[in-house]
Amino acid sequence: MDWVNAIVQGTLLGGLYALFAAGLSLIFGVMRLVNIAHGDLIVLAAYLGLTTTVALGIHPLVALLVVIPAMAGIGYVLQRAVLNQTLGDDILPPLLVTFGLSVIIQNALLEGFSADPQKMDAGALETASFGLGGLSLGVLPVLTFAVAVMVIAGLQWVFYHTALGRAFRATSDNQDIAQLMGLNKAHVFGLAMALSLAVVAIAGIFLGIRTSFDPSIGGGRLVFGFEAVIIGGLGNLWGTLAGGVILGVAQTVGAKIDPGWQLLAGHLVFLLILAVRPNGLFPRVDG
Amino acid sequence: MHDPILDIKGLDAFYGDFQALYDLALHVVEGEVLAIIGANGAGKTTLLRSIAGLMKNGVEQVRYRDQPIGALRADQIAGLGIALVPEGRQLFPSLSVEENLMIGGRTNRKGPWSLKAVYELFPILKERKSQASTTLSGGQQQMVAIGRALMANPDLILFDEISLGLAPIIIKDIYAALPGIVGGGMSAVIVEQDIIKALSVSSRVYCLQEGRVSLEGKSDALKREDISRAYFGIT
Amino acid sequence: MSVSGYHVTRTSRAAQAAAVLGAIALVILIAAPWWAGRADLRLIGELCLYLALASLWNLMAGYAGLVSVGQQAYVGFGGYMLFALTIFGGLNPIQAIVIAGVLGAAVSVPVAALIFRLRGAYFAIGTWVMAEVFRLSFAQVSALGGGSGTSLPTGIVRSLADGRSAREALAYWLALGMAVLVVAAVYLFLRSRKGLALTAIRDNELAAASLGIDIWKTKFLVYVVTSALTAMVGGLIFLQKLRISPDAAFSVNDWTAFVIFIVVIGGIGTIEGPIIGTLVFFALRETLADLGTIYLMILGLVAIVVMLKAPRGIWGLIRSRFDLELFPLGYRVRHKQQKGA
Repeated sequence: MDWVNAIVQGTLLGGLYALFAAGLSLIFGVMRLVNIAHGDLIVLAAYLGLTTTVALGIHPLVALLVVIPAMAGIGYVLQRAVLNQTLGDDILPPLLVTFGLSVIIQNALLEGFSADPQKMDAGALETASFGLGGLSLGVLPVLTFAVAVMVIAGLQWVFYHTALGRAFRATSDNQDIAQLMGLNKAHVFGLAMALSLAVVAIAGIFLGIRTSFDPSIGGGRLVFGFEAVIIGGLGNLWGTLAGGVILGVAQTVGAKIDPGWQLLAGHLVFLLILAVRPNGLFPRVDG
Repeated sequence: MHDPILDIKGLDAFYGDFQALYDLALHVVEGEVLAIIGANGAGKTTLLRSIAGLMKNGVEQVRYRDQPIGALRADQIAGLGIALVPEGRQLFPSLSVEENLMIGGRTNRKGPWSLKAVYELFPILKERKSQASTTLSGGQQQMVAIGRALMANPDLILFDEISLGLAPIIIKDIYAALPGIVGGGMSAVIVEQDIIKALSVSSRVYCLQEGRVSLEGKSDALKREDISRAYFGIT
Repeated sequence: MSVSGYHVTRTSRAAQAAAVLGAIALVILIAAPWWAGRADLRLIGELCLYLALASLWNLMAGYAGLVSVGQQAYVGFGGYMLFALTIFGGLNPIQAIVIAGVLGAAVSVPVAALIFRLRGAYFAIGTWVMAEVFRLSFAQVSALGGGSGTSLPTGIVRSLADGRSAREALAYWLALGMAVLVVAAVYLFLRSRKGLALTAIRDNELAAASLGIDIWKTKFLVYVVTSALTAMVGGLIFLQKLRISPDAAFSVNDWTAFVIFIVVIGGIGTIEGPIIGTLVFFALRETLADLGTIYLMILGLVAIVVMLKAPRGIWGLIRSRFDLELFPLGYRVRHKQQKGA
């Protein structure tokens, strides 16, 4: 039963990892950009959530109403002011610029909030649990997983059933011809980053409720998101959810064997999948 | 005398250090079908890309309805009523047939063209509307590309080598559809390597040779030898 | 047009002048233990080690197109091998460092086999994951101090040389020698046929492949050699520090962020770039490091601005302005009558 419990907890943890990964996957799909500062932006969102809950005295989930638009706005401005200039055939500029961004965000947070671990207070939500088939499930992990599913379903809907999604797909296919359709690619990329950071905002809030955070943990979140994307397969958001779940399960099972092995177990499963299935488990086959 | 809907003067175009167009001058009369012919590398596609806003050009080098548009972005020019059917079709692989058409209509310009009208013109597309655009045959893809441009209800439509890579019978069908497309006051520029076809549908023709205009005249009045000389650059 | 009036040469007046100045500078640096104070000696030694790391990262990223944010894996690996081989293997530190290089090469082979399956930015993050695996793995080894690390026993330190100033001079010369070795190795490699292949790959991978250059093999070779030398530098670094821990050994900030900064500011894809970048970095550090986090933010900001406005770095600006090449790699056509040029 203990092992089943570990697997269930790992699955639910996978929901959080899928939230980390979804924004990353979206941006790579639309503009072939990998944002090294992605994890630090998640942490930034957590700090924004913390500031909002403290300043306004509201529940962290209510703070989403503030943090999501704020992060989306930051994303739009960041893309149009800085990141659009890095796009092109050379992989170095976006990599190095987002790396510089990562350093700046981490140290800005350090300046503003110190290195002390922080946590958002979600009250009863954090400890509430319910029984299901002999297992005790926390409400928060289940909620996180449900939110991850909804976010991914939402993104899929945007991509395949809205004009904005058509704009994303067309611009990612062929930037020049997309412009002939009246699409301003600078604006389209800005919207894509805004959407990505809106998801990052959700990820950050749920991270901040679940565990304590400090300015330095961004890199680790990026790695988890990245591993979920690679395990699941590029270009497939539901695959990313599966990837997150596999990573989560690997970590909790590893922790069960030895608490110090949690992270290592996840990395080893990632490397194993990279070795035998380099394209991931559910890659999208491009037409 | 109609004012030209499109007036090009002193147009230069570069790909990096390579100059593709030299001080080009031509105009399109409103409502006419203009043909542009020339060998590979003569600069025909570069010319259309310049008009559509995909190249960096001097602001006064291209005037549309007497407005200088040379420095505008392609998406801004699309909003003004210029549509391009690109060389090689260049449909969006991630979009279905219908989505390709829908995105063509993004600028929401008013006019006779809609999904319904395009399906009436090319019924086969309606059958295949949910398919990935790249699964269609070459001729059908060309129909999608044309339909996509029409959805923008342009006043000036540019066709870049629509017969390229298509079987003669398909080319015949597509050209047969042209009058139905271009009737109703739309101006058109047709770039073609196939001189006969180009002359048969147009009222005037320019010949480009190594980035310059080598011949200009009425399609039904030009002599064969003049065209050959202009085409191949034989003086 | 007659061809006979011209000849092809690799060198130029600037390169020859630079060679002379460089030789003079080297002599002065070799003599440093006699004219520099202890703190200055340490500083120059540290500068040399960073120069070595930067030149190696530049070879991988600027020439082979392998952008790694995980080279700290080998820095830490080399450091831990130094400790392990001296403490448990009974080797003296210099032997240990050389063996660390060989072991670094060996361990980089399976690593490369895995991460070469990723491209571009995903490759970069993959290298980071590998570094994390290294860090977590070494943290499990209790014989080497586990998560909190260990110090180099005084006996081993003493075995380097007699007396503290002799030891410090030796450590300094090793660092200086490493820097010279790496820069010379990179220069000679790039002058060779393999180096030409690498430059072709950097400029246009598809075209290079169509010429018959084995892209994969060339990149693999560069990765292995770079990792081996990085491991040796890592050994030297921790020989200086005398203490190692997983967090210090595999620090992204110290061994990757700063190195990337150096190469970007100095000029990526050139040999002169890392040299200039290291000097600029240390100048900034000596003046600004007191500002702590603000200093790091300034570094990040400068790196971003340079990448957006001057992607070829300081040396890139100088080179395009004056057509300079101090490490002659290219070929020049000179009129036979031009003297000394």
